[in-house]
Amino acid sequence: MTRKQLTSSGLAAASLVLAGGLAFAAGQYGPGASDTEIKLGNTMPYSGGASAYGAIGKAEAAYFNMINEQGGINGRKINFITRDDGYSPPKTVELVRKMVEEDQVLALFNTLGTPPNTAIQGYANDNKVPQLFVATGADKWNDPKNHPWTIGWQPSYRIEARIYGRYILKNLPNAKIAVLYQNDDFGKDYLTGLREGLGGKADTMIVASKTYETTDPTVDSQIASLQGSGADTLLTAATPKFAAQAIRKVFDIGWKPMHFLTNVSVSVGAVMKPAGPEKGVGIISAGYLKEPTDPQWADTPEYKEWLDWMKKYNSAGSLSDSNNVYGYSAAQTMVAVLKASGDNLTRENLMKQAASIHDLKLPMLLPGIVLSTSATDFAPTKQMQLMKFDGTTWQLFGEVISGSGS
Amino acid sequence: MEKSVNAIAPDPLSATRYGGLTAGAWRWIGALVLIALAIALPFSLSNYHVFELTMVMIYAIAVLGLNILTGYNGQISLGHGGFFAAGAYTAAILMHRYGVPYWATLPPAGLICFVLGVLFGLPALRFEGPYLALVTLAMALATPQLLKYFDTWTGGQQGINLVKPVPPPGLGLERDRWLYLVALVVLLIAIRVAANMLNGRTGRAWVAIRDHPIAAAAMGVDTARYKTLAFGTSTLFTGVAGALSAIVIGYVSPESYSLFLSVSFLVGSAIGGIATIGGAIVGGFFIQFVPNLANDISDAAPWAIYGLAMLLFMYAMPHGVVGSLGPWSRRLMLRVRSHRAA
Repeated sequence: MTRKQLTSSGLAAASLVLAGGLAFAAGQYGPGASDTEIKLGNTMPYSGGASAYGAIGKAEAAYFNMINEQGGINGRKINFITRDDGYSPPKTVELVRKMVEEDQVLALFNTLGTPPNTAIQGYANDNKVPQLFVATGADKWNDPKNHPWTIGWQPSYRIEARIYGRYILKNLPNAKIAVLYQNDDFGKDYLTGLREGLGGKADTMIVASKTYETTDPTVDSQIASLQGSGADTLLTAATPKFAAQAIRKVFDIGWKPMHFLTNVSVSVGAVMKPAGPEKGVGIISAGYLKEPTDPQWADTPEYKEWLDWMKKYNSAGSLSDSNNVYGYSAAQTMVAVLKASGDNLTRENLMKQAASIHDLKLPMLLPGIVLSTSATDFAPTKQMQLMKFDGTTWQLFGEVISGSGS
Repeated sequence: MEKSVNAIAPDPLSATRYGGLTAGAWRWIGALVLIALAIALPFSLSNYHVFELTMVMIYAIAVLGLNILTGYNGQISLGHGGFFAAGAYTAAILMHRYGVPYWATLPPAGLICFVLGVLFGLPALRFEGPYLALVTLAMALATPQLLKYFDTWTGGQQGINLVKPVPPPGLGLERDRWLYLVALVVLLIAIRVAANMLNGRTGRAWVAIRDHPIAAAAMGVDTARYKTLAFGTSTLFTGVAGALSAIVIGYVSPESYSLFLSVSFLVGSAIGGIATIGGAIVGGFFIQFVPNLANDISDAAPWAIYGLAMLLFMYAMPHGVVGSLGPWSRRLMLRVRSHRAA
């Protein structure tokens, strides 16, 4: 604490004493909030198979550290309690109950994973604890009617697929589309979104669709049969391993469709290189965050600011890991909502502010993309920009496209 | 396998009277006091701690199942997380698809896991020691993926969300306290059943097979039948525990039943005392609290702390907490008696 802060807190204490029994209402507080502190709870898979995502929690803690060093939010320090659930839903339930009932957090923030968040959604809503900006791409978090205390953050799979649908409808109106998707909610969200994006023409434009199970050894037969349908456009909604197989097979059988690939599987290291980088040239996907390795951002002030923060507060994190962009941006969203809540730090007001974000720009979102929410819209990020693989990296092209429902 | 703990010889203390009562009577009084305390406990704790203790009891039931198999019958299982999952999904599917009330899902969950355990126990007859451990390890590894594969029943990756049970009206109990009492009743029944089996003919046959299978067979023990029965009984307990956990957590998904759960059961079993009944409760406490304590001590290396705790326990009490304290207290009582007799 600096001398100035000490003096001012001394003054505050003195004025408290002077105020005596009089009502001293600096702010309205829910559990976990006070004149000096705001407690937030978070779970992350710091251990286990999904531990790569743990970087997000560390980035968020590092960002809140910086905010606290700069004096906090309206003088209140963020006390960010983040615990390891190992991606195990029962553990998430236990940790979240501890945070809510024992640690008394004001809200949950960016808890990670679809199964862990599903496990705590009922609890959070029953107890009216804000479950803010959950870190998952499932579409079900945008459901203010049934779950008014849960709100998403990143663009959902369905929104992404709508964007592909809208792009196809506008630029390739005569396309014959084939869809390869994983036979679960993740894959089905893409089919739903694509149909919504195509609107009335969905039934005529989608000529074939095939599913695969995560237990399938390959997707070769599905690709062959989709080619046989005569389609000239392919949407692949597959996790990295199967995406790499699909890219290779499409190339090897000499099929040359316009190939759209889910944002889940755009990793150059885990998908494009194993598939054979030359086989993936021309594939289209979509993004919303600035890729930290993309040279076009290197000289921008936004990237430099991120880089400075990484070096000073998150030096253990990797500069090429986009999870550090994700955590940085998610934490900035949280800070913006806390600022908007002012001195009214009740759970009700926090939720209200989280649902009243108006065109929030964040430095590491792609230019033109803004976050917005309303009482009936709990999907903050609804825009993405298309990008094309050039054999080494993804090149953004075209305009930012909205995938909002209306 | 340790052989010193489970004495088959008649208890030399049982006939002696202390303060006018036999040791057996004292034991009953002690048990009743403990039960009364266990019933009163949730009313002086916060909801969260009540929930934690409920999980302790659920893990204790699962570990008790494992103790029967590993401790008393000498068969090592690294796959009990899989049976725990089978019990949990049985309860979840019955509640979610067929609207069966939560309490009525426990018997079918136990029954299904008994059948699964017997089926699994048949091929397991051919395997001993580390080989059996490997076979059961395969089960633990396969469980999450099998659950995703049968997704029309299990909900796949998304799992199944359950409606939280409502406590009976009129009792004025909160949900957490009610579920605590439900788990306590199931635990007490489990302990009673296990004690009856282990102290009787079946238990003697199991221990005989563990200590010397050839001698046991020579004495007329049907080893195949008793080993399979041990497997089924063990998985029945673990399955019921799994069903209870699904009810208390209110959600099942493949990620909940990873290999680590199976390993936790074995750790809890060894720490508590592998061939004891009371050790299961200690094991339940270990499974529930030590990972959290480790996390409180060190954010950076909680699993190193966890490992260290395991080492310390095993070093200080190689037969587990109850397995080591039991003989110690027995010796103490014998000394008291000989002192009096002198």
